[in-house]
Amino acid sequence: MAEVLVLVDHIDGTPKKVTFELLTKARELGEPSAVFLGAPGQSAAALESLGRYGAQKVYVGESEEIAGFLTAPKAEIIAQLVQDKSPVAVLFPSSAEGKEVAARVAVRTGSGLLADAVDLDADGTATQSVFGGGVEVKAKVTVGTNLVTIRPNSTPPVEQAGAATVEQLTVSVSDAAKGAKIVESVVESKGGRPDLGDASVVVSGGRGVGAAEGFGVIEALADSLGAAVGASRAATDAGWYPHQNQVGQTGRTVSPQLYIAAGISGAIQHRAGMQTSKTIVAINKDPEAPIFELADFGLVGDLFTVVPALTEEITKRKN
Amino acid sequence: MLHAPFDPEVGAHVNIVVLVKQVPDTWAERKLQDSDKTLDRAAVDVVMNEIDEYAVEEALQIKEASGGEVTIVTMGPDRAVETIRKALSMGADKAVHLSDEALHGSCALQTSYALSKVLGSLEFDLVICGSESTDARLSIMAPLLAERLGLPQLSGARKVTVEGGTVRIERQTESGYDVVEASTPAIISVVEKINEPRYPSFKGIMAAKKKPLTSLTIADAGIEADKVGLASATSMVESFSNRPPRQAGQIVKDEGDGGVKVAEFLASRKFI
Repeated sequence: MAEVLVLVDHIDGTPKKVTFELLTKARELGEPSAVFLGAPGQSAAALESLGRYGAQKVYVGESEEIAGFLTAPKAEIIAQLVQDKSPVAVLFPSSAEGKEVAARVAVRTGSGLLADAVDLDADGTATQSVFGGGVEVKAKVTVGTNLVTIRPNSTPPVEQAGAATVEQLTVSVSDAAKGAKIVESVVESKGGRPDLGDASVVVSGGRGVGAAEGFGVIEALADSLGAAVGASRAATDAGWYPHQNQVGQTGRTVSPQLYIAAGISGAIQHRAGMQTSKTIVAINKDPEAPIFELADFGLVGDLFTVVPALTEEITKRKN
Repeated sequence: MLHAPFDPEVGAHVNIVVLVKQVPDTWAERKLQDSDKTLDRAAVDVVMNEIDEYAVEEALQIKEASGGEVTIVTMGPDRAVETIRKALSMGADKAVHLSDEALHGSCALQTSYALSKVLGSLEFDLVICGSESTDARLSIMAPLLAERLGLPQLSGARKVTVEGGTVRIERQTESGYDVVEASTPAIISVVEKINEPRYPSFKGIMAAKKKPLTSLTIADAGIEADKVGLASATSMVESFSNRPPRQAGQIVKDEGDGGVKVAEFLASRKFI
């Protein structure tokens, strides 16, 4: 059976959920092999779960140099694997890094690349959502190996046991791939919350939140649901919330199971980043706000009374 | 591609190329053409890709601090000249416009090949581009060009500092930022929070009309015709459809029990 490579997205060795989604998708195209690239010793924490989601093989490349330089070392290793193993496809997470590595692999292997797919058929046809989510495109790679980056939450992860046989890679990163050195990593987020790109539930606040302090009620609701926090551009431009949490055009694109928009009017720039969410709930004072056109459930009301009441009700029901 | 020598007499001159793209206005309705399934660029209002304004601004700020020259490079149809003029009116020194019918329908990989040919004929210490275009939204031009030209990739920058032959960025990450360092020449992509782009002044607009603008065909740039354009694109759109509008949901007005109403909806969908 044809081999399909899946780049493992992980934090210090623990795979992110999107990795299991990619493995699930990969099983429709062929036999999935996970590619784990990270610092020495990190793969130990990943093998069991990669096997649980169907990885037949796990290619392990571990070196300080993989984590120490931006994207080029990973691309170099994957391009070599593509050459050695001739997979039918390589699936990458549609994160900033996933797309960048895929782009480099495309140049190195002379392959086509489809970025930001929201679905992938067994024959390799990808579905992409373009122009702010208004148009759906079906596209296929026509040259080289099928390289596809897939948005998190595009497919529910399904367990299916795989052998997860480890094949250790000999890593020697070329000098050319050591151009951009990561000299420091700074964590700014308060932590505890899932990452925006990966989260199943996202709660976002916009202009209606009114001030940085106003995000307290948004964060409280997010925490009651185990959700990530997003913000519209109006809110990040005003400095109420960090830019890395911005959802929409020129920010992050999310596709969660549930998206709750509070105090967000729903301009096209925002919709571009959340339109493919499965279920959308909107809370806004203005009954004319365009966000209500997208909402599966809309509540016309003041977010500062509705959101805390909702948080309280959720907490009550959970207990 | 030569590296400008460091001259202590005049300081560290930094020559910068800024990649600028003309895109359909986000507010306009954007359509794919039935004929060849490419973006209908003729039918819509066009503007400079928004994040590219931040790229131009960053280049101008570096130039103002260190000296050097800012060159705009644009690939696009004839009307892209309007966008080039805007970049020049902001303060860039000169521009190169790659325009050729043969480029129509090029995919991102082909575009990176074409741009790499143009960049290969220019002298620079830095290439700066925006982190994404508002039409394709791929965010991969910096790594594509880095790979093709063998340059360090400094992408997703929210801060850039240049000292001598070293450039350092803060790369925005999911949880904060990474400090990433490289030697020049290097390619940088910037995110929109990096600065506040200036508006062109009247003087700037007048001056822009006299600034050098070189137009290149693919032959001028040494681009092989069979490596660009729709016919040899590395991926192909098989079909497209306008996304059906979402089915109108339930909208209720808060009458004191809004929080409970939303909770009931979430429970009915098994979110709680």
